Amino acid sequence: MAEVLVKKLHKAFPDGTVAVEELSLEINDGELFVMLGPSGCGKTTTLRCIAGLEEETSGEIRIGDEVVSGLRPSQRDIAMVFQFYALYPHLSVKENMAFPLRAANRPESEVEERVAEAARMLQLEPYLTRKPSKLSGGEQQRVALGRAMVRHPKAFLMDEPLTNLDAELRADMRAEVKHLQQRLGATMVYVTHDQTEAMALGDRIAIMNKGNLEQLGAPMEVYNRPATLFAARFIGSPPMNLIEAEVTNGHLTAAGDLRITAPEGLQRGQKVIAGVRPEGLTVSESGEGVKGRVVSKEALGDETIFVVECEAGLFHVRMPATARFEEEQVVAVRHVGAAPPAYDPTSEKVVSAP
Amino acid sequence: MATHIQPEGLADKGIAGETVDPPVRRERKFGSGVEILLLTIFMVVMLFPVIWMLETALKETKDIYAVPAKVFSFSPTLDHFQNVFSSDSPVFKGFVNSVIVAGFSTLIATVLGVPAAWAYSRFTLKAKKDQLFFILSTRFMPPVVVVIPVFLMFRDLSLLDTRLGLVLVYAAFNLPFTIWMMKGFIDEVPAEYEEAAMLDGFSRFEAFWRVTMPLLIPGIAATAVFALIFSWNEFVFSIFLITDPDTRTAPSAIAGLIGGTTIDWGLVAASAMTFAVPVLVFAFLVRKHLVAGVTLGAVRR
Repeated sequence: MAEVLVKKLHKAFPDGTVAVEELSLEINDGELFVMLGPSGCGKTTTLRCIAGLEEETSGEIRIGDEVVSGLRPSQRDIAMVFQFYALYPHLSVKENMAFPLRAANRPESEVEERVAEAARMLQLEPYLTRKPSKLSGGEQQRVALGRAMVRHPKAFLMDEPLTNLDAELRADMRAEVKHLQQRLGATMVYVTHDQTEAMALGDRIAIMNKGNLEQLGAPMEVYNRPATLFAARFIGSPPMNLIEAEVTNGHLTAAGDLRITAPEGLQRGQKVIAGVRPEGLTVSESGEGVKGRVVSKEALGDETIFVVECEAGLFHVRMPATARFEEEQVVAVRHVGAAPPAYDPTSEKVVSAP
Repeated sequence: MATHIQPEGLADKGIAGETVDPPVRRERKFGSGVEILLLTIFMVVMLFPVIWMLETALKETKDIYAVPAKVFSFSPTLDHFQNVFSSDSPVFKGFVNSVIVAGFSTLIATVLGVPAAWAYSRFTLKAKKDQLFFILSTRFMPPVVVVIPVFLMFRDLSLLDTRLGLVLVYAAFNLPFTIWMMKGFIDEVPAEYEEAAMLDGFSRFEAFWRVTMPLLIPGIAATAVFALIFSWNEFVFSIFLITDPDTRTAPSAIAGLIGGTTIDWGLVAASAMTFAVPVLVFAFLVRKHLVAGVTLGAVRR
């Protein structure tokens, strides 16, 4: 295993579209590093540059001690798992997994041993003689993982590997990928557009937008303190409530006199956007807080999400399942808990956070 | 289309979701009587020349000229077919030449066309659409239009009256078609297969050869048969570029039988029948792929 270094990567396609503006990443040895962003943000292009499937326009990529620019994908000693699995349809499961070893002309005894080991780890032993088309999506993705691990590569590149699975299977496979990565101590670069997946898997998350890095940090850091409004909108389900407010006496005051605890270091009279998580708001029948009307509710079992219309906009509020409010009911909303991060409305960057 | 396959009485019960309306059924039954009659007439009209030719091929020479024509009451003979394959027959060499020319031109078109189609499918190229349109446009022109320039060029290159010349012309005509049809098939094979193989330790070309190629075999077969049929049937170039009886292909050899004072119609008919058989057999063998090839690729994701 090895670390992966991306230095000032820039990638423009011949038709003029710029996929990656400038990106520098340091991915540590044995780390599960998630690149998160909407489609077209440059995350997959970055991954393909690391793999050698795309050539970088400028910048440097290192895998371990080696600068890999100009090397063919096969010379970089990395493995990749694709969104559509890309299992060779004309080969059996066993031959699919043996493929990289056969490509390297390894002796047959070693091939047998490594494939058996991978099959055991991924519980694929009953399927070895089948063709990929006879397997379910989850099994196909496990074979793809197996094919990636038999070669003991320097790093694993995962291109949205779970996107094509149905929701239930996705959660299982997520756990399996994490478990596998830890057992192998593998360096893994994982690309996804699903923030839940990123939060659940990542040792660190890089949030990307329009070819730029928006934020880089551990999952909880990214969750509690999004660096930009884009990151604030992207992470969390439902996402943060972004409330326009003005700094008054030790408070942030939003339309309708909604009071939010102010973070430190703000000037009085300064206009900011407060990023309040749904759990940072609470709904009560009456009393303290601003008046609002329940627009909709999503009872999720363990908790209920209320959408409340106030003067300051639509708020998502996360409440325990015991909270019972009906649609169209008039309620009071107030902020609870620690001060939220505040953003500058023009630069869209965080100006103060707890 | 349950009306056609379900036996009487079962239709009304139908399979779930498949409702069959009884009045419509009765109308169709009446209609189908007329339909069958019309189709029968149509079939007789269309197939009459073929049947007549087959009969001519099987009749003795005196029966061919019999007036009134003997439609059923003749004694069949295989003499004419025997003449087709005899060593001194003027058409037998034509068949051999046709096999050589069609085979080699198809081979060349396939060997050049498949990698070209792969490149057009996988790589970003400047003005790719324009290039592809240009390639296709070479097929817009009828062969008759270009035959004279080709004739002049071939005269200078002394390729007239050679099989090589015809092979080159047919390969050139089949290449655009091969590229277009194979591009459709290759587009259907996800590029991820090759990318996976490249990461697994192969070069770009090895990845194509080991992973994409095996998946393309049905497509290549279908495309090659189309090319083969074109080369086999081609007449205009053959008759213009080759006059030597030793190197001309079957179509012009058969055409050469007509003319002169006496025409051996039995031999003409037998040669034509023999000529038609390989194409029919090939088309029948790959009919599934032909349909798949014309509509979409045969490989599913």
